[in-house]
Amino acid sequence: MSRLLTYLLHGFLLGYALLTLTPFVWAVLSSMKSVQEIAVGGRILPLALDFGAYRQILQGDFGRWFFNSLSVALTVTISSVFSNTLAAYALARLRFRGGAALFQTLLIIIMVPSQVTMIPAYLVVARLGLADTHLALILTSLVSISAIFMMRQFFINFRAEVEEAAKLDGCSALTTFVRIVLPMALPALATQAIFIFMGVWNEFMKPLLYISSVDNYLLTQGLNAAAKQYEKSAAWNLIMAGSVVSVLPILLVYLGLNRFFLKLNDQTGGGK
Amino acid sequence: MKAPTPPPQSLRARRAENKDAAAAWSFLAPTLLLLLLFTVLPALYAVYASLHKLDIVSGQSSWAGLKNLQYLWEDDKFWAACRNTTRYVLVVVPLQTSLALLLACMLNSRIRFRRGFVTLFFLPTLTSSAAMTMIFMWLFNNDGLVSQALQTHFGITIRFLSDPHWALPIIMLMNVFSTTPNYMVVFLAGLQEVPRSLYEAMALDGAGPIERHWRISVPQLMPLIFYVLTMGLIGCFQVFDQAFILSGGDGGPEDSTLTFTLLIYHFAFKTYNTMGLACALAVVLTLIILLASRLLKTVVKSEGLNR
Repeated sequence: MSRLLTYLLHGFLLGYALLTLTPFVWAVLSSMKSVQEIAVGGRILPLALDFGAYRQILQGDFGRWFFNSLSVALTVTISSVFSNTLAAYALARLRFRGGAALFQTLLIIIMVPSQVTMIPAYLVVARLGLADTHLALILTSLVSISAIFMMRQFFINFRAEVEEAAKLDGCSALTTFVRIVLPMALPALATQAIFIFMGVWNEFMKPLLYISSVDNYLLTQGLNAAAKQYEKSAAWNLIMAGSVVSVLPILLVYLGLNRFFLKLNDQTGGGK
Repeated sequence: MKAPTPPPQSLRARRAENKDAAAAWSFLAPTLLLLLLFTVLPALYAVYASLHKLDIVSGQSSWAGLKNLQYLWEDDKFWAACRNTTRYVLVVVPLQTSLALLLACMLNSRIRFRRGFVTLFFLPTLTSSAAMTMIFMWLFNNDGLVSQALQTHFGITIRFLSDPHWALPIIMLMNVFSTTPNYMVVFLAGLQEVPRSLYEAMALDGAGPIERHWRISVPQLMPLIFYVLTMGLIGCFQVFDQAFILSGGDGGPEDSTLTFTLLIYHFAFKTYNTMGLACALAVVLTLIILLASRLLKTVVKSEGLNR
């Protein structure tokens, strides 16, 4: 490759990196300004390093919403990874009548867009007496057909000898699954976990439909509601502080599992 | 229907199979139960509701046939949503796909700090649509960074968020910004599967990097490009969060950010007695998405064959 082209390439990538960073840097800088500074405007950097906005939002409902999101996301991630993997394992490794047909049916169900089901599902939720509860969010987020699909493809290429050995030793299917299959599938489980956690943590429409009392809000929904209030007084420092706080956990998870994630991404693909 | 007679089996093998089947169904039970309750039943109900006039509060329903569709056909809001969403898809899908492909190809060539670039680029995809929209509003509202910079340096005043010509393009920009890195990673993974020898052979034939890009990378990635286009199409037709937050839920200014899903939300929760309309619109949206992805398939497939 010619030297000029290499320079151009790096220049373009650096430019795009700058473009990517700018909104986030702007958000962090704004979160450290005072309301007066925001109102006056005209400055990029804050006058002083002031974390008052963070203190202020965390004292309000924000802390509770953060905790709500965290508990819902963790509950869904753990139970969803388990049940998806269990289902995928059955579809990939256990022989039973109707297995293939069931798998085909799942691939058809995956095509039904969430808008079609979300509103009638709300009626089911209400009928079960689960309106305005976190359980409603958890139950309706638990099944991920794309995760089942991914795990099935993973299990199909699995070595069978160890499994067979466990079976001959008299282990039940569930024991084999928990003691032998799960530990060998750890990288795939981690990828699945990141995607599911990210999906729940960032979900906006579902809590908007299912949750109505302020105490039960999830973070995304709360951020929107709080921003509507703060916008009236143009307290963008508070809104930006809230946005920054909402990104942090997912950023930490991502940086922690980065290595895993990029290697395995090709199995899961995109789709937000 | 009679099942075909199984080949003769030993009693032991058959018992093992029965055991397998019992385990399989118990493994699948929680998943199937939840799917039935929250996906299959609701989907069937949506189809039923789309043909009825429903009052959720009293629980009354009466047959409406195609009246819901007729109402939509005569509703200006429906056509506004149709226009906005179609424009949205036509702009965002090609833009995010080509930008993602470009970035992936660049990152796949010999460059420094590749891992650093990928990690950094991925940041917008990690960010929730709610937080991303807040940040964009604070870039583009009247006191925001971009609006202020335009005003002080160029003397241009644009009210991005309250101008019907600008509100939707801002949402498009935001969407491209946050989904491009996701697809970039998909392409990058695909590019790493393309054998190096293909490039080397073509380089020996005297082909430059740009020619190699068009004659090797793009054809090799065709299945992934199709996948990304389809996922993008489905995602863009369903755009909701950004439009909802930016417009405060009403699709304004002047219906310029009213999308299909926002209108569905309105019929379902904001106006009375219109749950049937919401479901009808959801069914219509599904059909549009199916049709559009079919169309995409035909176009991409024929392109692929001509090459």
